[in-house]
Amino acid sequence: MTFTIPIDNGDALKNAETDSQRTLYPYVTGTSIVAIKYKDGVLMASDMGGSYGSTLRYKNIERVKAIGKHSLLGASGEISDFQEILRYLDELVLNDNMWDDGNSLGPKEVHNYLTRVMYNRRNKFNPLWNTLVLGGVKNGQSYLGMVSMIGVSFEDNHVATGFGNHLARPILRDEWHADLSFEDGVKLLEKCMRVLLYRDRSAINKLQIAKITEEGVTVSQPYSLKTFWEFQAFHNPTAGAQGSW
Amino acid sequence: MTKQHANWSPYDNNGGTCVAIAGSDYCVIAADTRMSTGYSILSRDYSKIHNCKADKAVLSSSGFQADVKALQKVLKSRHLVYQHQHNKQMSCPAMAQLLSNTLYFKRFFPYYAFNVLGGLDEEGKGCVFTYDAVGSYEKVGYSAQGSGSTLIMPFLDNQLKSPSPLLLPAQDAITPLSEPEAVDLVKTVFASATERDIYTGDKLEIMILKADGIRTEVMELRKTLSECWQHTLSIVLIRISTLGSLCYLELCLKFSCVVNRFSFSYL
Repeated sequence: MTFTIPIDNGDALKNAETDSQRTLYPYVTGTSIVAIKYKDGVLMASDMGGSYGSTLRYKNIERVKAIGKHSLLGASGEISDFQEILRYLDELVLNDNMWDDGNSLGPKEVHNYLTRVMYNRRNKFNPLWNTLVLGGVKNGQSYLGMVSMIGVSFEDNHVATGFGNHLARPILRDEWHADLSFEDGVKLLEKCMRVLLYRDRSAINKLQIAKITEEGVTVSQPYSLKTFWEFQAFHNPTAGAQGSW
Repeated sequence: MTKQHANWSPYDNNGGTCVAIAGSDYCVIAADTRMSTGYSILSRDYSKIHNCKADKAVLSSSGFQADVKALQKVLKSRHLVYQHQHNKQMSCPAMAQLLSNTLYFKRFFPYYAFNVLGGLDEEGKGCVFTYDAVGSYEKVGYSAQGSGSTLIMPFLDNQLKSPSPLLLPAQDAITPLSEPEAVDLVKTVFASATERDIYTGDKLEIMILKADGIRTEVMELRKTLSECWQHTLSIVLIRISTLGSLCYLELCLKFSCVVNRFSFSYL
């Protein structure tokens, strides 16, 4: 469905600032986030790459951050928009803390807030170019949800953004079950991340896995996955394609 | 400088189908639970039905999920204000008008939502209102909206003859079917739509509104061929048996047995 935004800069003098402020394309982007609920809470995995088009420009970007006491936010898409969302959430959590009433924002509330923010930006034709994953635990209840850049949101036992939706989600649909132990959860996420590493060109082999439980948030140190390249097909990749067709 | 074309669309179709049937003292509202985007499935367990808590009015919407959610929130808050101002709940016809106005309010940047509102009117009879994306609506005896609507609507026209607008004028505003028959029909209809519409499937959520309350049923939709056909066959066979004509129907659910005895090209 084609949709034209009326940006007519013919009258540059009159429209000096108006339309150059809209998001037109993403510039520095992060690739997939994969997250699952497990026995004690939520596990979220992401790599640390920031691509500038087809260049892998940044290799040390943390795309998963803790929000308040009970939530974890992972983002794929435009990194600068992610940083702006973190600023919005900072303000939200600050205002919530200022009430000083013993209450704190749970993951459901943060997810709802983010959905409204994304939807409102879409209404103004100036989206935040991200797909966000929000996971957390409050009062023993685990929560895992996702919001897209146009405001589509839902919650589920396992979510994945971008390429992860195509490559990781089928694995999760097959192998996820309730009450995964921490080790099993990490193994499952690593399985998904390995597939993404092989098949997603914007993925890099440097990932972090973040865990959130009732106790709090832990983000692992960056590490690499073991990969195997000795498949026969990779030894001589053009073997089956000699000559012209 | 030439006009720039956007490289993103503010709309997306998240698929799904909604159906409602009105009866003499009940209303059945049903929707599948699949949420998709493009060729991917986002969720297999997403409810499209929203209970307006307005004196028996239930809204079912498919289309662009973010707009549907926003629409549901707007209606919910407007209903709350109404309750504060009038000290009573909104009736179903009142909610129907509110929904129409809300949709038209965004006539020039529409809610991409295809709605079916079902409930009981002031006399306790079932009523169904069907909408397009910009608010034009009509009180009908039954309706289907969403990705599977083109598959379902003609079948409903055929089965629910009396309220059908194909008989001019429609004889009844409601179907003479009993509540269990209507629920059965809904299940059949979704089982078939699931076969041919890729955006419809996973689970079926049915809400049955009656004067004494709302009942919810959830049914699994097509996963494997044998399960599906067994279920569909059992429904189809029961429906035929109610016509009283066939006595082979010991309800053998085995696919091959039935094929031997009947020549259903439908199968």
